[in-house]
Parts: sequence; structure tokens; C-alpha cells
Amino acid sequence: MAVNNNAKKISVVPFGPQHPVLPEPIHLDLVLKDEKVVYALPSIGFVHRGLEKLVEKRDYEQFVLIAERTCGICSFGHGMGYVEAIEKIMNLDIPPRAKFLRTMWAELARMHNHLMWLGLQADAFGFESLFMECWRLREKVLDMLELTTGGRVIFSVNKVGGLRKDVTPEMLEQILKTLDGLEKECRVVTDTFLGDPDVLSRMKGVGVLTPGRAEELGCCGPFLRASGVKRDCRQLGYEAYGELKFEPIVSYDGDCYARCLVRIEELYQSMDLVRQCIAKMPGGDIAVKVTGNPNGEYMVRIEQPRGEALYYVKANGTRYLTRYRNRTPTYANIPGLIETIKGAELADVAMMILTIDPCISCTER
Amino acid sequence: MKISKSPWILHYDGSSCNGCDIEVLASTTPRYDLERFGIINTGDPKHADVFLITGGVNYQNRDVVQQLYSQMPDPKVVVAVGICACDGGVFKDCYNIIGGVDKVIPVDVYVPGCAARPESIIDGVVKALAILDKKRERMAQGLVPDEKVWTNTIVRPGSQEKQED
Amino acid sequence: MSEQEKKAQGGEKKEPLMDIKEIEKDTLLDEVTRISFDNWRLIQICATKVGEEKYEILYTFGKGYQWKNLRIHLSKGESVSSITSIYEVAYLYENEIHDLYGIGIDMLNYDFGGKLFRTGVQYPFA
Repeated sequence: MAVNNNAKKISVVPFGPQHPVLPEPIHLDLVLKDEKVVYALPSIGFVHRGLEKLVEKRDYEQFVLIAERTCGICSFGHGMGYVEAIEKIMNLDIPPRAKFLRTMWAELARMHNHLMWLGLQADAFGFESLFMECWRLREKVLDMLELTTGGRVIFSVNKVGGLRKDVTPEMLEQILKTLDGLEKECRVVTDTFLGDPDVLSRMKGVGVLTPGRAEELGCCGPFLRASGVKRDCRQLGYEAYGELKFEPIVSYDGDCYARCLVRIEELYQSMDLVRQCIAKMPGGDIAVKVTGNPNGEYMVRIEQPRGEALYYVKANGTRYLTRYRNRTPTYANIPGLIETIKGAELADVAMMILTIDPCISCTER
Repeated sequence: MKISKSPWILHYDGSSCNGCDIEVLASTTPRYDLERFGIINTGDPKHADVFLITGGVNYQNRDVVQQLYSQMPDPKVVVAVGICACDGGVFKDCYNIIGGVDKVIPVDVYVPGCAARPESIIDGVVKALAILDKKRERMAQGLVPDEKVWTNTIVRPGSQEKQED
Repeated sequence: MSEQEKKAQGGEKKEPLMDIKEIEKDTLLDEVTRISFDNWRLIQICATKVGEEKYEILYTFGKGYQWKNLRIHLSKGESVSSITSIYEVAYLYENEIHDLYGIGIDMLNYDFGGKLFRTGVQYPFA
């Protein structure tokens, strides 16, 4: 066959699994036409452990700890989603104090996730000092979590029927004090993200996803809301969210900048929600007694920092469950990610992958 | 304490839950600042002296881990961060987990914890540096870097037999 | 707890917690097409092993904050038609079901050929 040098070259570039941008092994096969991405194929399974199968070896009370370890970043939410499903099946009524504490911790976890993401995003476009600053602030959030739960990334405070650990009024006082300082410091960092011309030049108009496509592809979380779809599962009012005042944060551009903006606004929203939780914190017990075994099935939807997560539990009346399934936000966002990568420059791919806030260990479980 | 030159770190996430990964990253950031020892987190195995692995090894990433290890120049040390990297942790019974990192490459320092705290990760890395120095001395004398010969003891799925050490 | 008590507890739950419509395997595509015309989005697909060589597959659809489920039952060796012609994003879930359960999926738009989840054991959930 005669070689036609004028034809554009098609090449496949493997992206990952080990690469400097992300600590996690994500793998994509990028089909390139010169420097433009024509198509991307995801390949997952580097972190696949098969933890859903462990329900056969651990009973439903022990499994909280496994469910939580699906991911070290969204750990609190995974534990909470799982116990919520079991509690619903067993028809347990959780004390209000436990509900408010869970909500407070979920919001603190959202703050640490979003600050972490801001840092990684800064790292992806080569702003090292901004990365360090974000992670310095994140440590303050971890301090609050460590003060109240005892853990920095894995908390293990949830159990079926409530919580393992209570907090003291002094701790809550301390959280309020830390939040005030943190908010001021965060403003400096987030103003850089939203106003610095270098940052803007990397993010404005890059990786646009239209609302219609975002809905069609089943995207969720900040990725969806940045495309102008107003949907936040916290509005369903699970745990104590029904008693708190907040509105989903939306942005309409659908580009990397919009996603950044949504997460930044959510960071401040979370601070506000934590304050609301503490102001309304009821007294009383933190757990109810659990007897018997779950029998039935239920699916819980909660809003993780990265989007809507589903926890499906099918129990059979013994201590061991039939099925636990966790559909994590990143899993739903992968088709959306591939859509945004198409037509992008190769150099922007790393940053676009980051803007969905991928969590590979969640995705592969 | 004498810190050896400026050792660079290669970090790979085996099948970790991310908990240890973000703690490894956190230990390089201002609060803990691993970088004050001259340690830099690099993405290139050929630049690295210390190999930090988080999470257990599964059938998919076994080759990746071995390949990264073989690409690192001698002398090199391996630090297994977190209980999963040490022996499989809570995921030990999962069908897709082979076990700790020492099933596929030799490990010099074990840092347990779920998740391992940044303090203990730094402690583990500093311990690894002492081992790195020892290996370097051995190489200067014309010996192989490792004192003991490491043998691989993988159990393949389905086979009950375990290879002898 | 005795066997009887367990049964009694299960018996109490006459009202199911989830809204699930049980359908025949053959009517799956018709049902899904109807749902998609109604502008629902696909939330997830999940397979469960419910007994020796018995499986069920749960399809979840959402519209705003609402959701609804379809469920089909099948036994070992049976395959199910892919809904990727209606919901293109279903390929991830369907490949996962194939890789973990060994359930054959017909007419996939992107067939990873059992290589999406590369597990040490073949069909670990089967």
C-alpha cells in the first residue's frame, strides 16, 4: 500500500496506569489524530479487589468497616450509605443526634475532598505552591475530623443503629472556631482559582459538556451541576439534610472552570451546613439497640462529594447478606469524561480527567 | 541523624483504598513536609531510590509493580505503606487480592496502619534510608545490594500448593 | 432467633421498600424503550445471585429525584439482550455483569470481551 504522508496519523496512546498526575492507577487508551483526541477507551480493574463479595465472609455488622474502606476519601459516605440501607431494611429509627452528627461529618468529609481536589487541580496545571496551600488548609479540616472521630481518613464511627462515638460540646466549639479561621484562609486560595489569569487560561472553555448530554450520559455530582443541571441528592433530605437550609449549587458553562467554581461554592456551602448542624445539634442517645438480622432489600441514594452514590443491599434474614452493591459517582461519570475528552488536546487530558474528580478505588471496588 | 544524599520517592498505588495514598501525598505537604529531607516525589521509576507502595497486590497490577521495581536503579528500597501493602489487610480474603507487596517484590520496611499516618510514613521512609545506605556500602565493596536472596511465593488462584521458599 | 420468628419477620414486610417492577426477560427491550421515551436516565444496572444458578438483574432509572426499577430473572446459561442501543452508557454496567457473573450480554455496543475487570478468578460472583 502506498504511504500517504498527507493523511493525518492515527495513533493510540496509553494513558496510565502509573503516571505523575494522579496517585491512582487510571488507565485510558487515547486514540489520537495528531494531537487531538478522537476517542478514549477506559480500562479499569487495576484496583479491583472484589470487596462486594466479602459480604459472604463478614456479617452485616462487620461489613460496615469494609464498606467504608471502598475508598479512603469518600470513606465516611460509604459507611453512612451502607448503614442507612441496613437501617431502612431493619426499620430502625436512628436518634436525631446521630443523624445530625452524621450530616456534620459528611459535610466535613466534603470539605476535605474539595480542598484535596482543588490542590490536585492546581498540581495538574503546574501551580505547585497553590497545591501545597490547598493541602495545608485541608489539614485543618482533617484536624476537626480527627478531633471528633479519632481518624484522619478512615473514621469507622458509623455502625448499624447509630454511631460508635459521641462528641463533646467543647469539640463542637473548637470546630466553629477552626471554621472561622479556615474560611478566611480559603477565600485567598479560591480567589486565586477564580481570578488568576494563568489559571483561567487553562480552564475557561476547556472540556465543555452540554446539559443535555450530561443528563443523557447519566453524569452526577459537581460534574453534572457544572453543566447546569440542578440536582443534588442531599435535597432528598436523608439524615438531617431535611432540616437544614441549602440550595444546590449550579453553574452553566459546563467547562473545567465551571466545575471548579461549583466545587469552590460547595466548599463554603459545606462550612455553612456544618455551622447549621452544630447550631441545631440535639442531645440524647447516639445509637439504638439492634436485634435480629436484616431481611429484605433496599437501595439508598446519597450525595457523596463526587456525586450521587447508590448502595444496594439485599439481605436474606441471616447475618450474611446476599448482595451489597455500590454504584459510585465516578462510575457514572466515566462516559461523561470520555465525551469531554473527545476533541481535546492531549496536553489537556490529564486536567480534564481531574475535573470529574475521579476516584478509581471507588469505581473498581 | 544523617540523611543520605537526596533520595527520591516513587509512589505506586497497588489496590489501595486511597486512604494511604492521600496520606503519602499529605506527608509531602507543608504540615509534615517530607521534602525538608531532600526527598522528592517523582513519577519516573528510573529517578527513584525509594519505592513506596500502598495497597495489596492483585492479578492485574502484579506485573506493573514488578516492572516498576525492575526499572529502578540499584541500590533501591521498598516501603510497604499501610496494612494492605504489608499483608492484605481487610481485603486479604478478597478473590482478587494476592496479598501483601512482599508476594511479588522484596520489601525492606513495613509501615502498618489503616490508614498509615503521615508520621509513621515519614518514620518508615527514614528507616528505609538507613537500609539504602547499607546497600550502597555493599555495592561499593562489590557485593550485591541485598544480603538475603529473595524468593517469590505466589499462590495462583485455584491451586492449593504453595511454592517452597 | 428461631426459624419461625425469622419467617414471621419476613412475612410482616408485605409492603416492599423499593418500587420494583418484575418483568419477563423477553419484554425488557420494550419496557426500557418505553422508559427512555419518557426521558428517564439510566442510573445503574446490578446483577445479584439469588440461588444456585439463579440470577436477577436490576435496572434503575431516574428522572429528577424520582426513580424506578425493573427486574428480570434468569438462570445460568441464559443471556440477556443489551440495552446499549437505547442507553449508550449501559456498556460499563453490562460489561461488569458479564465479567463478574458470566452472564452473556447480546448486542453490546462496546464489548470489552471480558477484559473490563481483569480478575484472577473467572466470573467470581457466578
